[in-house]
Amino acid sequence: MLQLRRRTNNILEVSKLGCVRGDRRLFSGLDLSVSPGTFVQLTGSNGSGKTSLLRILCGLLAPAEGQVKWEGANIRSLGEEYVTAVTYLGHRHGVKDEFTAIENLRISNALNGVEISKERARAVLKEMGLAGRESLPARLLSEGQRRRVGLARLLVCNTKLWLLDEVTTSLDKGAVALVRSLIQNHLTGGGIAIVATHQDLELSTDRIQRLELTT
Amino acid sequence: MLRWIVWRDLMLAWRRRADMLSTVFFFVIVVSLFPLGIGPESQLLRTIAPGVVWVAALLASMLSLGRMFANDYQDGTLEQLLLTPQPLFLVVLGKTLAHWIVAELPLVLVAPLVGVQFDLSRGTLLILFASLLIGTPVLSLIGSVGAALTLGLRGGGVLISILVLPLYIPALIFGSGAVTATIIGMSAAPHLYLLGAFAIVSLLFSPWAAAAALRISLD
Repeated sequence: MLQLRRRTNNILEVSKLGCVRGDRRLFSGLDLSVSPGTFVQLTGSNGSGKTSLLRILCGLLAPAEGQVKWEGANIRSLGEEYVTAVTYLGHRHGVKDEFTAIENLRISNALNGVEISKERARAVLKEMGLAGRESLPARLLSEGQRRRVGLARLLVCNTKLWLLDEVTTSLDKGAVALVRSLIQNHLTGGGIAIVATHQDLELSTDRIQRLELTT
Repeated sequence: MLRWIVWRDLMLAWRRRADMLSTVFFFVIVVSLFPLGIGPESQLLRTIAPGVVWVAALLASMLSLGRMFANDYQDGTLEQLLLTPQPLFLVVLGKTLAHWIVAELPLVLVAPLVGVQFDLSRGTLLILFASLLIGTPVLSLIGSVGAALTLGLRGGGVLISILVLPLYIPALIFGSGAVTATIIGMSAAPHLYLLGAFAIVSLLFSPWAAAAALRISLD
């Protein structure tokens, strides 16, 4: 009975996942079950397949073998229904150089079906420590500031599953603390965060899984 | 949702106006080189005018097609577009529509002006305008498939021309055929109908093909 209950609790289930890039096998037979409110830290040497795993989990990449199940259904058959439950931030920021921080935030949210007002966007960017820079084209911002613009989406979206690839690169101490509190809030709200990072985010939760990819 | 994608791409194009202008200038210059090179032989100029204008339009759209997805691919926004809840073919359709407005519509508008250099009558210029208006959406639509297929490849610019230009041939034949028919005093209507039919067929198939190609390119 207990076994059964735990089974239904895992809303994300990965079974026997394998990934092949070119003629190299990155990983195979990967199993992972995640219940709500869990933080999964993904580690592994460069080229061990962290990014590929995250891309498979968000559905951009088709796995060579195995499957990913969300609430019991294969994500490849869920399609758009799954997409609305996931936020993926890759190591490319997804920020347009030609647009200002406000425009970037508003457009990326509108395309995800969440339209926000200019004032709300301004408030969110202030929270991300970008006050006074909201109206500059993103190409004039520093690498870390552009990363912050990308991260601002996390404050607006209300998705259950966050897939974050190397979020803390080029961020200063303050911004890392910000990311930590964002993830912390997300976990307390019953969300899942799968983060590829080597930095210890020092989250105060006991639901931490560590997954190390070995080549 | 379609509205946001079109608006986004139009805004991006406006922020990079130089790209848009270079396409139009290329078209104007290529078309103008022919009367300058051939000299004032109005009979010959009238004969070659439809072909020259149409070929120049095909080549000019080659310049802009490479940018259709490449910029979004490089900064990671294309991945984000793929992860939005709307169907991917709608995203592609929106981007294709924006491409047509930014890169093809200016050519259509400027074509009657550059056509004057070929000593074409007013009625012929009007048909030239109409044939381009119906035919250039084909260039954007079929071009989107080529742009999606060559995404992220080195030397994609040349490859896209080799892939896409042969597929443009029906549009070229019926488009310039309509103008030629008017010049020799026949009706342009059959050519324009066939061109319109070709545009509808490419509207039905291109967004799906380009969406599938994008998924492969981003895999």
